[in-house]
Amino acid sequence: MQTASSEILTTSETEQPFIELRGVCKRFGKQEILRGIDLSLYHGETLVIIGPSGEGKTVMMKHIIGLIRPDEGDVFVDGIKVNGLREREMAPIRQKVSMLFQNAALFDSMTVEDNVAFPLIEAGVKDKNEIKQRVREALEVVDLQEHMKKLPVNLSGGMRKRAGIARAIVGRSQCILYDEPTASLDPVGSDVIDQMILRMQRRFKVTSIVVTHDMKSLFKIADRVAMLRRGVIRFLGTPDELRQCQDKEIQDFIEGRSNITG
Amino acid sequence: MNPLAMDSPTGFLALMGRTTFHFLAYLGQLSALVSELLVAFRSGVWRLKLVAGQIVSIGYGSQAVVIVTGAFTGAVFTFQTYAKFKDFGVESTVGAIVSVALCRELGPVLAGLMVAGRVGAAMAADIGTMKVTEQVDALRVMGVHPVDYLVLPRFLAMMLSMPFLVAESISFGLMASYLVAVYGYDVPASWYLGHMVDHTNMEDLSIGMIKGFIFGILITLVACHQGLKAENGAVGVGSGTTRAVVISSLALLIFNFFLSILLNYIFPLGTGT
Repeated sequence: MQTASSEILTTSETEQPFIELRGVCKRFGKQEILRGIDLSLYHGETLVIIGPSGEGKTVMMKHIIGLIRPDEGDVFVDGIKVNGLREREMAPIRQKVSMLFQNAALFDSMTVEDNVAFPLIEAGVKDKNEIKQRVREALEVVDLQEHMKKLPVNLSGGMRKRAGIARAIVGRSQCILYDEPTASLDPVGSDVIDQMILRMQRRFKVTSIVVTHDMKSLFKIADRVAMLRRGVIRFLGTPDELRQCQDKEIQDFIEGRSNITG
Repeated sequence: MNPLAMDSPTGFLALMGRTTFHFLAYLGQLSALVSELLVAFRSGVWRLKLVAGQIVSIGYGSQAVVIVTGAFTGAVFTFQTYAKFKDFGVESTVGAIVSVALCRELGPVLAGLMVAGRVGAAMAADIGTMKVTEQVDALRVMGVHPVDYLVLPRFLAMMLSMPFLVAESISFGLMASYLVAVYGYDVPASWYLGHMVDHTNMEDLSIGMIKGFIFGILITLVACHQGLKAENGAVGVGSGTTRAVVISSLALLIFNFFLSILLNYIFPLGTGT
């Protein structure tokens, strides 16, 4: 088993990390959520973060994109210190990193097409044909081109997630953060999302961080896995190392075993 | 250390201290919002399409409410004052009294209160829902500052719409007053109009417009602030919306008193010929 202080993948040893968390601590009121997280992620890598609910996985991810600031420690994206920037100075980070929210967070008042076009328009793309073309491409990747005129309220949970992914990839970000992308989806729907994450990595070399409870999904998409427990990284390693890990708590978690008997 | 996180002491002084602290913290948050709003305003990116949409929603959509409020206020004010003024033999001054009262106080205050209820609640609920469903965070992730996208267009639309809404409220109030006085009490139309025009001047109307403009700013600030700080799902949005209406209505009434004093120095009452 590797720990938080373990060496990262040997293939990445010579590279500078694309994302780096150094000693990140965060508390909300009296509750300590993160207690000194150290983590590095390299270009083109897919890191899956697992751990029981309420352990700070989403909080950790939100630190990377500057939605939450650490109480202690630093967060770097492509060498830029994220927590040193003010909200209005975050644009360079947010051009490199995009995020799929747990409930997709599509804008209710806009159609799927307008939602996906939004990041392009706000980034200053003026050419309407270019916007249309890129929106169509993004919707094709997620197989939603037939539903582009619908409002989010008229989409199923899986379709909303896919629309959220289209919005996250349309800006051609170098890194995408996925917050529980397969939660509440049926097995086929989950596989569609997994294949899309893999396709993004293979086709566009996109760096990904995926927070999930879906173990099947984990073993399909992960290059590395981090398990968050009680505010620290309890495990960091490859999916194979996770399978072979002898830690009972980790095995119970990936096998979905509780101490309660019926 | 957050003073609110300490074990809360009880007693009158402690309560006063806590209330003062909360009030100062609230003023601080509003000041921060104003400062972000100024940055957004100065950036020159005003998103005029959104502003136009908000003008339709705020200005056009609130017309019926302010017209009905203004008209019936003018009507009932005339109905009540005429009966009493007649006892003193000064019923000829009803037109002037109603006109000045509508221009200086009733028009802007009642239109403001109605807009606070209708538009302030909608603003807080819209933005609050976006906040709790992470749509505000999604904006931020796409490099769009929520104040630029959500607050500035509403702010500009409100500043443009409110003076017109106040003017409508006053106009319909005067029309209703005229109808009640002339057709209800048989006051000669020339008498009513003559006194009204003689004792109402542009300064009175300006006061109404200025107050409407300031109330618009106040309502937008309070409502958007409540929306942006909403949390805890639907319950949080609901309580934020209630707070937005209550705080903006109370702030409007308090501001109105001080504005009346200030504007009375600039445009003194009783200078009409």
